[in-house]
Amino acid sequence: MAMTGVLRPGFAQIRVLDMEKALEHYTKRVGLHEVTRGGDGRVYLKAADEFDHHSLVLREADRAGIDVAGFKVASEADLDALEKRVSAFGYPVEHVPAGEQPGLGRRIGFTVCTGHRIELYAHADLSDPKPPTHNPDVWDVEPHGMRVRRFDHVLLLGPDIDKALDFFEKVLDFRCTERVDTPDGLTAVFLSCGMKAHDIAFVKFGEPAKLHHVSFELESWADIGHAADIITRYDISHDIGPTRHGLTQGRTIYFFDPSGNRNEVFTGDYTYYPDNPTRTWDETQIGKGLFYYERQAPESFLNVMT
Amino acid sequence: MPAAFKIAVEGAGEATCYEGERALVAMERAQSFGRLKNLPYKLPVGCRRGGCGICRARVLSGAYRKDLMSQAHISEEESEAGLVLSCSIYPLSDIELRIEPPQVASKTKTATTSEEK
Ligand code: FES
Ligand SMILES: [Fe+2]
Repeated sequence: MAMTGVLRPGFAQIRVLDMEKALEHYTKRVGLHEVTRGGDGRVYLKAADEFDHHSLVLREADRAGIDVAGFKVASEADLDALEKRVSAFGYPVEHVPAGEQPGLGRRIGFTVCTGHRIELYAHADLSDPKPPTHNPDVWDVEPHGMRVRRFDHVLLLGPDIDKALDFFEKVLDFRCTERVDTPDGLTAVFLSCGMKAHDIAFVKFGEPAKLHHVSFELESWADIGHAADIITRYDISHDIGPTRHGLTQGRTIYFFDPSGNRNEVFTGDYTYYPDNPTRTWDETQIGKGLFYYERQAPESFLNVMT
Repeated sequence: MPAAFKIAVEGAGEATCYEGERALVAMERAQSFGRLKNLPYKLPVGCRRGGCGICRARVLSGAYRKDLMSQAHISEEESEAGLVLSCSIYPLSDIELRIEPPQVASKTKTATTSEEK
């Protein structure tokens, strides 16, 4: 399959209340590696199974939440073409110079109707650790903590998700893999730019720019159990799981970082091909869609966010 | 055993909170053992780390130590007035506390009602 345009989620920049606590959580417990620290205090992290420079950016602030969801595109030409399409859709586009985040090329940024800032960029330097490429071992550096392999996606909350769906489909060429329609209208959309069951998801909410969770991928269901052991051993605040979603079918566990941002580690969602039909859910089975075993969501999963 | 303090939750009952423990965590345990029996709804619990704001409360009396809390949910003035995120305070004496969730009217159906506001 030829992939052009938006390739994949590249990074999330999130706000944390206490940088040292956040670093301990994301490096020692979740299992990321610190790549570098910027002059402005931001810290850049990655998973060992990723090639690109970084995939999580931590910024110390007086409130938790998300600043930016960044996506990698295939080429500089694609970046230019996408800029024209974003502008034509009516979103003002800002230019962020190369190096504003260490290791990344120039970026374009815009705010979508749900209040979230999205950025696109075509270039990232490689950084260590990264997967070996010649006679490659399965890993170069032994996995630690929850052994996450990569940053996978964010789920965002905000108003006007119908328009967000339209924008991601028509302008960024994402496809809607799943959607939830209730008597209140479109309630959730799952969008893919490649072959994963989702690369970003939106849930309808009255307030803009909210973060539901940042998600990292694991190798196996056994790793979810290992993550659960870490969550209890280190008194990490637990939300729900180990369990499974009906939506995307991913096996999952949710917990919170030391600033209250929700994290997910998951494995085993389905493969999506671009000619696959959209899977749909209605209110009668939404409990199963959310959590396949519990068949309902705890209230905290629906009303807690940063 | 660490030292124990009492959290009197206004109108709801009493929780035992051990030294170094988050007030909200002590209240969760108390509710699970039926000790906040006059609380007519499930205690609002979220991130337990000062980020989401769902555990807002007002301390009416008593001493406590504070952790960082998101200023999106507790401003400095509110903090001076005794408003806290109960997950991010550690009682240092018996305390009295009133639960004051972010949207008082929407305790039970927050996900839907917050869309309507
Ligand atoms: S439970 Fe999230 S701020 Fe207290
Ligand atoms: Fe997720």
